[in-house]
Amino acid sequence: MKILLALPALVLAQPAWAQHTGHDMPMAEPASAPGAQAEDQPHHHETATPASDPHAGHAMPHTMTMPMPAAGTSAPSSETAPPPEAGSGPARAADAIWGADAMKASRAALARGMGAMMLSKAMVDRLEYRAHKGTDGYLWDAQGWYGGDVDKLWIKSEGEGAFGGKPEQAEGQALWSHAIGPWFDLQAGVRHDFAGPDRTHAVIGIQGLAPYRFEIDAAAFVSNKGDVTARIEAELDQRVTQRLILQPRAEVTLSAQDIPELGVGSGLDKAELGLRLRYEIAREFAPYIGVEHEWRAGGSADYARAAGDSTSRTSLVAGIRMWF
Amino acid sequence: MELDRRGILGGLALAGTAFAVPRWAQGASLHDSAIRPGFDEVGGAVIDLTIGRGPSIVQGRRGHATAVNGTVPGPLVRLREGQTATLNIRNTLDAETSIHWHGLLVPFQMDGVPGVSFPGIPAGGHFTATFPVRQAGTYWWHSHSGLQEQTGHYGPLVIDPAGTDPVAADRDYVLLLSEFTPMHPHTIFEKLKKGEHYFNYQVPTWTDRYPLTGAQRRMWARMRMMPTDISDVTGSTYTYLANGRGPLEGMEYLFQPGERIRLRIINGSAMTFFNLRIPGLPMTVVAADGQNVRPVEVDEFQIGVAETYDVIVEPGQSPAYSIVAEAMDRSGMALATLASHPGARATVPPLRDPPLLTMADMGMNHGGMNHGGMNHGAMDHDGMAMDSPSEGAMKMDEGGGMDMSGMSMRDTSLLPPDVSVGPGIDMVSMSPVDRMGDPGIGLDKVAHRTLDYRKLVALEPNPDTRVPSRLLELHLTGNMERYMWSFDGKKFSAVSDEPIRFANNERVRVRLVNDTMMAHPIHLHGHFFELVNGAGGTHRPRKHTVIVQPGGSAQFDLTANEPGDWAFHCHLLYHMHAGMFQIVTVVPPAEDAA
Repeated sequence: MKILLALPALVLAQPAWAQHTGHDMPMAEPASAPGAQAEDQPHHHETATPASDPHAGHAMPHTMTMPMPAAGTSAPSSETAPPPEAGSGPARAADAIWGADAMKASRAALARGMGAMMLSKAMVDRLEYRAHKGTDGYLWDAQGWYGGDVDKLWIKSEGEGAFGGKPEQAEGQALWSHAIGPWFDLQAGVRHDFAGPDRTHAVIGIQGLAPYRFEIDAAAFVSNKGDVTARIEAELDQRVTQRLILQPRAEVTLSAQDIPELGVGSGLDKAELGLRLRYEIAREFAPYIGVEHEWRAGGSADYARAAGDSTSRTSLVAGIRMWF
Repeated sequence: MELDRRGILGGLALAGTAFAVPRWAQGASLHDSAIRPGFDEVGGAVIDLTIGRGPSIVQGRRGHATAVNGTVPGPLVRLREGQTATLNIRNTLDAETSIHWHGLLVPFQMDGVPGVSFPGIPAGGHFTATFPVRQAGTYWWHSHSGLQEQTGHYGPLVIDPAGTDPVAADRDYVLLLSEFTPMHPHTIFEKLKKGEHYFNYQVPTWTDRYPLTGAQRRMWARMRMMPTDISDVTGSTYTYLANGRGPLEGMEYLFQPGERIRLRIINGSAMTFFNLRIPGLPMTVVAADGQNVRPVEVDEFQIGVAETYDVIVEPGQSPAYSIVAEAMDRSGMALATLASHPGARATVPPLRDPPLLTMADMGMNHGGMNHGGMNHGAMDHDGMAMDSPSEGAMKMDEGGGMDMSGMSMRDTSLLPPDVSVGPGIDMVSMSPVDRMGDPGIGLDKVAHRTLDYRKLVALEPNPDTRVPSRLLELHLTGNMERYMWSFDGKKFSAVSDEPIRFANNERVRVRLVNDTMMAHPIHLHGHFFELVNGAGGTHRPRKHTVIVQPGGSAQFDLTANEPGDWAFHCHLLYHMHAGMFQIVTVVPPAEDAA
């Protein structure tokens, strides 16, 4: 049997309901479906005045003011702070039973275990044989990280060369990587070139996932000689089947100045366009084949011609992508 | 109490029928040392539980498991309302362990959550849990230490009522759904963190058969999300289990035609929602999360992780019926059989096509877009009528309006100020609507009867029907790519000393807003809450776990009358491990307060 009380009285006459709670007679909510009435409430996010809750802590002294901000016939539609009777401070109830010392280790382990794990990943995005005019070559492009969700140490290395010779280009980067949004990390650190003239660079860049699922890695470099360069890479995984993936890839390098020592002209230095088809035997292990074309542009092309090198090259590639 | 139903109150003489324990013995392990699938029953005043580790083999796949009393799942703990339970737990592992009594009203220090309710049971140690049994119904228990639950550390728990059970049945069976994987759970978590959609082999491709237009595919790609992100961990590594047995391992329940069978269905999995049906046999849901509800007849229902449902079935003259529990993403199924004689089998319907996320799952209330995946192709595999393929196609064609250029999927100005905006939030529901009337992903387009929270009505009047004095709004937040999960944008590791606080006996409406495209089963320890589902103020269904559908909201009213500290978390194991966890503190009554 429902008892439809005068509802304002229900709210204001707090001792009345307090007497009822121990009884078997259930209090009725308003006849109009209470679920429905609160379900489509618009967002209200004002934090209303705290401690306006006459229902809470009925065993507490009645020092608070009684009026409610809204009529009590329906549940409040905006969020309010907990009443003072809810207490404050960390959750330490178990200390009273088991002792603070006994709880300490498990409490720390819980906080660590629910969101603060440090993990690491190592990934070889490209490790490939490159067949082209002249001596065939090789290329590696790997990176790895260690850290939490927001801050990571990020290591990158890439390089290439012709078989039988020293690498023509090889570099390593050590970066601090900081998540600046859901999709992108800001990365800053140093790069060292191990092949060719000895150079160390300061690095600042961003890496992440752009709309349409483009994987982007863009960085600017300032070398210890004062040269300013930049590199932008973009990859897009196109799934043909659940395991067969076609990956277009583009990379451009830019230079703010001529660097004759490196054969680099100012402006667009180099562009690469590649297409790789990989098969994921496992998600972590995918052999691939592909084709890549690279161009030297502008001043860089002039340097290449002057040195008797070609300004563009097509390579057939075969390699492995893997991570763990 | 007037209940319009056929004979559930009748047949009282049969109410005493004990569990007709099915044939656990069949298919005994190949190796003596191997963990046995299935479970025994333990009961009485004092119960001993021993936790150990050992090799486990499921359908020829080998792994390492954590077993309790030598089995996975662990033993059925059978209690009686009104008794005092004493459970001696012995830990033979080389790691800490714990047992949480899921859904039980216990003193908080017996709740079994290391770091919240007690210090944990150290390697080689023991612990005695003792508490008065204040309720009846179907529950379960599981480890709350690390990721042990994934490895088999769980089992069913059934409490017989002190009085007459309003649900009478000739046979009373437990069906505990879970997963087996040879992968170490930490490895699973690392794969999820490292990304690459590691376990999802249903992603959109150039050659898929999904009813998605080019515009829709581009829209999903533009959002950097996937319409097939239904489950994080899938049948690509999981073998789904019915009472510890894989679908090929012949879990069966015997019946005689005409009998009333009570199936106590427990989702004890780490990460899997199941859509459960018994082709050819309607099910009458009589309890949810252990609490009796007014009987409601359905043909299929979704059971979220950590939920329990009791159903009554009355098998007819067919020699057998298949109990099909499809993983929500349809990458696999758990399977059992109702058999009229040992070995009897019914046709097993093939897996249906994977469902797709919709506009509603993105937090947009546009209507029109529906789970199209159900309907395309010739779908009438199992003899159950489904929508015609053309209807599915039509629905998807409305998706012309899905080019949402200019709409922000992450308008953080819509969030209340107590939500911490950062890399851990990749989406904000634009207009989150109450989705408690939604049967769950994959079920909104099936042609037969399904269950949703609005169809649940408590059998008994609620003990507390006060109008809540306060609203607490919590946002379920996440980042799919980084695999970050949290409440209000704050991982537990960031707010471990800032619990959610309730005054003693405070009546609070809790509104959960899902700002992600995944369904989250949110569980509060030590309490039942009443779903605000339109059932009226006095007979709202009482639950311990509520699914919040993607992009939507759910509400419950809570009477905070169990003093102490309690875990409150997403029951997807790896979401919890990633940070979607909080502590709820209920202040003791004034006379006890310090």
